[in-house]
Amino acid sequence: MDALDLARWQFGVTTVYHFLFVPLTIGLGVFVAGLQTAWHRTGKAHYLRLTKFFGKLFLINFAMGVVTGLVQEFQFGMNWSAYSTFVGDVFGAPLALEALLAFFLESTFLGLWIFGWDRLPKRIHLACLWAAVIGSNLSAYFILAANAWMKHPVGYEVVDGKARMTDLWAVLTNSTALAQVPHVVAAAFIVAGGFVIAVSGYRILRERRMIADGDATVPMARPARGRGPADPMMWRTSLRAALVMTAIAGAVVAGTGDMSGQLLREQQPMKLAAAEGLPHDRKGAPASIVPGVEVPYVLSLLAAHDPNAEVQGVEDIQRRYAERYGEADYRPNVPVVFWSFRVMIGFGLATVGLSVLGLWLTRRRRGTPDWFARACLLALPLPTLAIVAGWLLSEIGRQPWTVQGELLTAASVSPGVSVTEVAISLALFTALYGALAVAEGWLLARHVKAGPEPVVPAPRVPDDAEPVRLAPTLMY
Amino acid sequence: MDVTTFWFLVVAFLWTGYFVLEGFDFGVGALLPLVTRDEAERRQALATIGPVWDGNEVWLITAVGAMFAAFPAWYSGFLSGFYLPLVMVLAGLIVRGVALEWRGKVEGRERALCDAGIVTGSVLTAFLWGGIFGHMLSGTLAGTLVGGALSLSLAMLHGGVFLALKTAGPLRARARRAALTAAAVAVPAAALALPGVPASIRPDGAAGADWTAHPLVWAAAVAAMVALAAGVALIWRRREGWAFTATAGSITLLTATVFAVLWQAPLPGLTVAGAASGPYTLGLLTWIGLIALPFVLAYQAWTYWVFRKRVTA
Repeated sequence: MDALDLARWQFGVTTVYHFLFVPLTIGLGVFVAGLQTAWHRTGKAHYLRLTKFFGKLFLINFAMGVVTGLVQEFQFGMNWSAYSTFVGDVFGAPLALEALLAFFLESTFLGLWIFGWDRLPKRIHLACLWAAVIGSNLSAYFILAANAWMKHPVGYEVVDGKARMTDLWAVLTNSTALAQVPHVVAAAFIVAGGFVIAVSGYRILRERRMIADGDATVPMARPARGRGPADPMMWRTSLRAALVMTAIAGAVVAGTGDMSGQLLREQQPMKLAAAEGLPHDRKGAPASIVPGVEVPYVLSLLAAHDPNAEVQGVEDIQRRYAERYGEADYRPNVPVVFWSFRVMIGFGLATVGLSVLGLWLTRRRRGTPDWFARACLLALPLPTLAIVAGWLLSEIGRQPWTVQGELLTAASVSPGVSVTEVAISLALFTALYGALAVAEGWLLARHVKAGPEPVVPAPRVPDDAEPVRLAPTLMY
Repeated sequence: MDVTTFWFLVVAFLWTGYFVLEGFDFGVGALLPLVTRDEAERRQALATIGPVWDGNEVWLITAVGAMFAAFPAWYSGFLSGFYLPLVMVLAGLIVRGVALEWRGKVEGRERALCDAGIVTGSVLTAFLWGGIFGHMLSGTLAGTLVGGALSLSLAMLHGGVFLALKTAGPLRARARRAALTAAAVAVPAAALALPGVPASIRPDGAAGADWTAHPLVWAAAVAAMVALAAGVALIWRRREGWAFTATAGSITLLTATVFAVLWQAPLPGLTVAGAASGPYTLGLLTWIGLIALPFVLAYQAWTYWVFRKRVTA
């Protein structure tokens, strides 16, 4: 292994890991903000209980997204200094805008939300959460616009061996970004929706059992064991809301996925060919479900909305790239790309299917069958695996380019950084991330198992009441 | 002023904001085991930085992001050149951030583990930043160590003053004493380090400690020292608000001195102009920054206003 391989592994490990927490943060933040809005509008206590409960899970997860994001910003310069020097003029701009326009908003207003329960007027407090979640969604936009530029560079020219931006608007409205942003953000809503579905399903089963065993009292009675009263109907509310969110997001993901497929045909034909395992150019190309099982014309239909359209194949693109860019291997890892594509679509569809089924089963005040509550647990791993596979497809599929047609990954690595240095940091981050993953999983599981605390809507402390007890607010 | 100079000032401003703001929350983290006696006091101490530390850290993200966008060669040379120290900085910030966020959601042994993470992360990172900038200017091990000692002790002084300003009861008195103890290291470290900072300007490759050539840099260094001494005197006299203003001023002037030196050559063999992005990018970022920054400053200031009251146990 040389420094390039290790730097690639480090990028893969840290990015996929970061991407486990960020989608949940993006979607769950909006979900919690929706719950608090429902509480604000109706005054019903169970919305407040749900807000606090999912808010706590959101914050546990939020911490991981923030700290692993720091590594992302630094490692472009640390491991990929040749890349950063080449593209900084273009690629750095959305990153700087992300920090300035999104991160400040997110972190400042989240701090106000966490500690402001008894400090701020109710409306302002709610507005703080909305400001924070708008910040996270905005940051997704900037980072995905930067990422889209690597796949389909626009609005720049190369001067003296460096990319110079000529049109920021073109970079921010890149066709690839406009397809990718709603696709990834909606997928994040599926991940968060799946998380809430799984947690709600688990709580429904658990609280039914607690009531049946006489371990819990029914709603509005005294809480058992210092925890809140069992309330399966409350979980039906969060379950239904998450099912709706996931189903709608599923439609957006499918629509924008179709857009992305067509853009791939023009902008990154190699990725499309690898995803379909298509070796040679072909008119009326079939879609391959798994190796050996093909549906005629479907690939051409999907990629060009024309069953007879020509789709390029891996080996023919390789030949053309070698003529255009010089002799080298321009093929990504085809099996990884091929299978990532199938995992993404398969597990994503399964999650959306589960949510549509759930909406049908729980329609018109119907209760949640036990078997479906159990099936809800699948909504935790399925969309997460799907979104990670989608990320792998997207990023491994663009290899060996860091900037499509402009800069190869091999030419992007830091020239002055040694194998030992990258090995040390890779080992350190992998160990640290592993330990934190265990801690986060344990922490989330414990809070889900314990369930929500009883919540008494506290009156706001008037501004002139001094001193105000600040430390253990309801959230902390 | 040309747009390259302006962006160098923006980067310097963002780093200054970072050191002034995260300086005190590093200090509070580092002082945690020294000034608190029980869980209630630890919670009281951490509540002073709870609502703001994450926002403070965004100053670092923005500073580094601005370097990436405005001076790509400086960004990549700096980050790849200080590879292992920055790996440690990241590890420190990760451990510290997670510990701060998770502390309130665990109990018993796990909470003690979070406290350890907060202290280790704060001490390690505060020391490393000074060490990195010390090495950048001096290129020597001695310069690295003095820089590290200065930034850690200065953060503890600044954090101690902040704690004294923001708390009441026994914690307030202990924070004041801790700040004075930290000053016993910070003042000599500053006296040792500060003359070396302007002296490290060597445009012609020769050693140059000639103050007449760069009077403003020397003036900033001396003013940083004066502000530090004023901060110590003021916290001694229990003028906490003014003392905090003075320590913040001292960190501002110290950072200004460092960046004034870096203006000559941010990295060996690299000029600011040579590292800069094109005028198009810089011009656009200027407009967006000028529109956005007042809002950022306003709502961050509002956070400090909302949580302006002293925290009691």
